[in-house]
Amino acid sequence: MAKTDTARGLLITPIFQNNPIALQILGICSALAVTNSMSTSLVMGLAVIAVTAFSNMFVSLIRNHMPSSIRIIIQMTIIASLVIVVDQLLRAFAYDLSKQLSVFVGLIITNCIVMGRAEAFAMQNGPGLSFLDGVGNGLGYTFILLAVGFFRELLGSGSVFGITIMQTVNDGGWYLPNGLMLLPPSAFFVIGLLIWAIRSFNPEQVESNEFKITTNTKPQAAEGSA
Amino acid sequence: MASNDSIKKTLTVALSLCVVCSVVVSTAAVALRPTQQQNQELDRKTNVLQVANLLEPGQSVERQFNEITQRVVDLRTGEYAEDIDPDRFNQIASTQDPAMSRTLGGSQDRAGLGGRVENYATVFLVGDPDNPDEIILPVRGQGLWSLMLGYLALEGDGNTVVGLSFYEQGETPGLGGEVDNPRWKSLWPGKEIYPEGSNDPAIRLVKGGVGSNTPDAEHKVDALSGATLTSTGVTNLLQFWMGDEGFANYLARFRDTSQGA
Repeated sequence: MAKTDTARGLLITPIFQNNPIALQILGICSALAVTNSMSTSLVMGLAVIAVTAFSNMFVSLIRNHMPSSIRIIIQMTIIASLVIVVDQLLRAFAYDLSKQLSVFVGLIITNCIVMGRAEAFAMQNGPGLSFLDGVGNGLGYTFILLAVGFFRELLGSGSVFGITIMQTVNDGGWYLPNGLMLLPPSAFFVIGLLIWAIRSFNPEQVESNEFKITTNTKPQAAEGSA
Repeated sequence: MASNDSIKKTLTVALSLCVVCSVVVSTAAVALRPTQQQNQELDRKTNVLQVANLLEPGQSVERQFNEITQRVVDLRTGEYAEDIDPDRFNQIASTQDPAMSRTLGGSQDRAGLGGRVENYATVFLVGDPDNPDEIILPVRGQGLWSLMLGYLALEGDGNTVVGLSFYEQGETPGLGGEVDNPRWKSLWPGKEIYPEGSNDPAIRLVKGGVGSNTPDAEHKVDALSGATLTSTGVTNLLQFWMGDEGFANYLARFRDTSQGA
């Protein structure tokens, strides 16, 4: 693992080495839902970056005044308020995309990454570092979203960012789109393959087995066993 | 920190956080509302222009929309409701108002509207309002997963289809979601809603394709493959909105005048 106490480390580490989706397996739900095109993935990623960064910053600002009994509620309130603001901004300035993202912007509230970073990092660190940590984790999330969105849009609609790469049969071309790629379950396959690829480059991310499978024992007579 | 956990501190922090957050949220909501409403309005106008084949990219939607007259129609009588301002009338919201809507019996509710339909609907007339080139009608109905909202554009004879397009639907992408597919939408122009001399809509989606030797081909459109329930939904919503509970009474006036002329 790279150093996580420098500003640069905070930004870069979550992208490959400690990716919230690929290593921590957080935030899968929205990664399945919004990745059927690149543009929705990008906007969703930007929204999550904004929310994680600012929620981390605000949580960190008031961390010394937070009663531990209502700690989680305070974090949720801050996150929820930020998500509403982001949602309102999208509706005002990116209306078409916000229509496509529909409820999923609102569901950033339940994205485990946001909550996880607030609780794990912002509660112990200063506002500046927390902000960067939020941006870094948002970037890690966006990176996976864009990668998944790239494959899903290319194979499912034959285009990238809405620009046709492979003309589909429906539009008179040659490419027969893979319908599965347009449906959320396909993201499971793509994310799985991405995790495999990332762990092949960084073997230290491979977790050790929780259980060791022992060799089969030979059947023994009951009285012989201890 | 023990001092943080005292009841007084807990209440103070909770209360001040609530105040700050609610101020932030309501400021954002109030400050951005005009822009959002503009967007919605623009989106609605774009959809109307699109279904009427009038949308030219690169030109101001507002200017293009000037050629279109909005009118509110009383669905029960087919007359224009002159006392309702079309600019302020919200058709979808009016279904919640008992004074503006009526209940539907089980068999009448073909489009799956939850047993309630509005009494008034906004229609869009292209060209001269008394003798329009095109009539654009709002339609909606239940598909497989979602309520599909769209517009149907008819020629001035109140019978021939110019286009059908849905601006909001949540059907399965690649299957029912193909109601948005331009190739499928291009099957619609030229189709006819009503048979000669009847007020019962005959338009419907059929499986297996529609060729030149299909009987009644002018009333049939090829269904979406792999999306039987979405296709049934489209048939049902058209039959409903073109029927007596929908625009049949209103459209009769155009069909009469065009027959007389």
